[in-house]
Amino acid sequence: MNSVTSSQYLPESTEPPLTRHFRAEKFDFWSFFFFGLTGLATLFILGILATILLNIIINGWGGLSWHFVSTIPKKDFFDVHTTGVLPMIVGTTIRVIVMTLFVIPVGVITAIYLTEYAANTSLVTRIIRAAVNNLAGVPSIVFGLFGLGFFINFVGKNMDALFHNPTAVWGQPALIWASLTLAVMTMPVVIVATEESLKAIPPGLREASLALGATKLETILKIVLPQALPGIMTGGILAVSRAAGEVAPILFTGAAYYMASLPAHLTDPFMDLGYHVFVLSTQSPNIEQTRPILYATVLVLLMLTFALNLVAIIIRARVRKKLRALG
Amino acid sequence: MAVITLPKINLPVANAAVPPANKPFIEIENVSLYYGAAKALKNISLNLGEKIVTAFIGPSGCGKSTLLRCLNRMNDLIDNVRIDGAIKIGGHNIYAKDVDVIELRKRVGMVFQKSNPFPKSIYENVAYGLRLHGVKDKAALDEAVVQSLQQSALWDEVKDRLHSSALGLSGGQQQRLCIARAIAIRPEVILMDEPASALDPIATTRIEELILNLKKDFTIVIVTHNMQQAARISDQTAFFYIGELVEHGPTAKIFTNPGQKRTEDYVTGRFG
Repeated sequence: MNSVTSSQYLPESTEPPLTRHFRAEKFDFWSFFFFGLTGLATLFILGILATILLNIIINGWGGLSWHFVSTIPKKDFFDVHTTGVLPMIVGTTIRVIVMTLFVIPVGVITAIYLTEYAANTSLVTRIIRAAVNNLAGVPSIVFGLFGLGFFINFVGKNMDALFHNPTAVWGQPALIWASLTLAVMTMPVVIVATEESLKAIPPGLREASLALGATKLETILKIVLPQALPGIMTGGILAVSRAAGEVAPILFTGAAYYMASLPAHLTDPFMDLGYHVFVLSTQSPNIEQTRPILYATVLVLLMLTFALNLVAIIIRARVRKKLRALG
Repeated sequence: MAVITLPKINLPVANAAVPPANKPFIEIENVSLYYGAAKALKNISLNLGEKIVTAFIGPSGCGKSTLLRCLNRMNDLIDNVRIDGAIKIGGHNIYAKDVDVIELRKRVGMVFQKSNPFPKSIYENVAYGLRLHGVKDKAALDEAVVQSLQQSALWDEVKDRLHSSALGLSGGQQQRLCIARAIAIRPEVILMDEPASALDPIATTRIEELILNLKKDFTIVIVTHNMQQAARISDQTAFFYIGELVEHGPTAKIFTNPGQKRTEDYVTGRFG
C-alpha cells in the first residue's frame, strides 16, 4: 500500500519539519494593510457621526430653552425671541405614535401569515416576499405621492362623499394620512423583523403545543407570539427610527408650513420638526438670524427621535425581563 | 376554537379479567407512509396491548419514529406525507374522515426527544393542556397540576417553586415536566420518542422508573435507540428495519430468542 505523502506534491524541504511549521511568520504586508484598512474605515464612519453630533450639539445647545420647546410661535417663526417648536414636537410625536399603532398589527399579521400559514415555496408567497422587499426599496418621496393619491384623493375624498361633508374633512392633508403613509413605508421593516423572530422560535415548542391538542391558532396566540414579542418590538423600534426623521412622505400628506394652534383631531394637518428644519433652511429672510433656531430645532429633532427610541427600548427590556422571569 | 365535535370514541374500560397483553388497544393495519415518492413505512401491521409498554427499536431511519408520529397524526403537519392503511385506537380508526385531530391528540399524548417545556412557569406548563380544553376552575387546575407532578415524580423537587420558570429546571427535570404536562390531560396513550436520549444515566434511570409506574394507568409506546433500556422497561418489543416491521413479540423473547436473524444481529449489536 502506498501512502500518499506531501512529498509527492511539495518540493522537499531542507529544514527540520518543526521549525518550518512553527517559526513566526515574516512581516506580512497584506495582512497588516487589510487590518489597517478596516480600522480606518471604522474610524472614518465614527468621525463623520461625531462631527455631525458635535456640530449640532455645540451650535444648537445655546438655542435650547424651556421657552423654545414650550411655545407655539407667532406667524414669523424666524425670530429668535418669539419662536418655539411645541407644535412641531407634538406633531412629530403624534404621527410616529399613530404610525406605530397601524404598522405593528398589520406588519405582524402579515409576517404570521408568511411564516405560519403560507406554503414557503408557493408562487403567492414568493410574490408577497418580493413585494415586501421591493416596498423597502421605494424612494420615500414616492410614498408621499402615493399617500396623496391614495389616502387623500381616493380614500379621503370618498369618505367625505359618503358622509356628505359640505367641506373637506377627510380629503385633505392630515395627521392620519401622514401616519398611514409612514406606516406603509415602514411596513417591510416590521414584517422582516417579525418573520425573523417567529422563525427563531424552536419548532419543538409548536409541536409540544399541537401534541397537547392545541389548534394552530391557539399555538400561535399562546406560545409563539409571546415569545416573538421582543423581536416584534425591535421591528417597531426600527420603524420609529426610520419614520421620526422622514420628511418626504409627509410633505403632501399632512405637514403644514404654519398653524396657529396645535392639531385637535387626526384629520387636522400638523407642523413637523423635520419639515420645519427644511422650512427654516430654505424660506428664511435672514439666514444669519435663523441659524441658531435651525440648529436648536435639529437638536430637538435628534433628541425627540432618541427619546421615542428610548421609550420603545425600555418597554422591550421590560417585556424581555418578564418573559425571562416567568412568561 | 372551532370544534367539530365527533361521536366520542368510546374507549373500552380496562378489564382485569382480560390479560392486557392479549387485548389489542392500538391496531395498526397495513400502514404505508410516503414522503413524496419515498416509501418510509412498508405495509406495517401491528397490534399493541393496553396498559403495557411497547418499545419500537431499530437502526436510524428504520421508520420507528415515523410510525410513532402516525399514532397521534403529528405527521399531518408535514407537507407531502401520504398514509395508506388504518390505525385503530380503542377500535376507532383515527384516520377516518370524521376524526377530530384535536380530540385524538387529547387522548394520545406525546413526549419528545428533546425536552421542550414552554417558557412559562412550571405550573403553567402543566396547566396549559387543561386550560386549552376548557378547565377554568382554579381548584381543579391546582389539583390536576399537583397530581400530575406527583405522578411524574417531580413534585418533591418543584413544590416550592411552582411559579418560577420551567427553563430553570435541569434537563432531566424538564423531561419529567414534559411528561407531567402530557399526563395532565389524562390521555389514554402516551407516545415517547427517545425521551431519555439526551439525558445523563441518573436522569435516564428516573425516567425509566417513571415509565414503569405510568404503565399502570397509560398505554405507553416508546421509541428508543438504547437496547438495554428497551429490555429494562418494555413488555413488548417491535423491531423495525428500513421501513419494515421485522419482528414483534414479548421483550424477553425478542432479546433472548428472536425468531429472525436480523433481529438477533441487531439486539446483539452486530449491526445498527
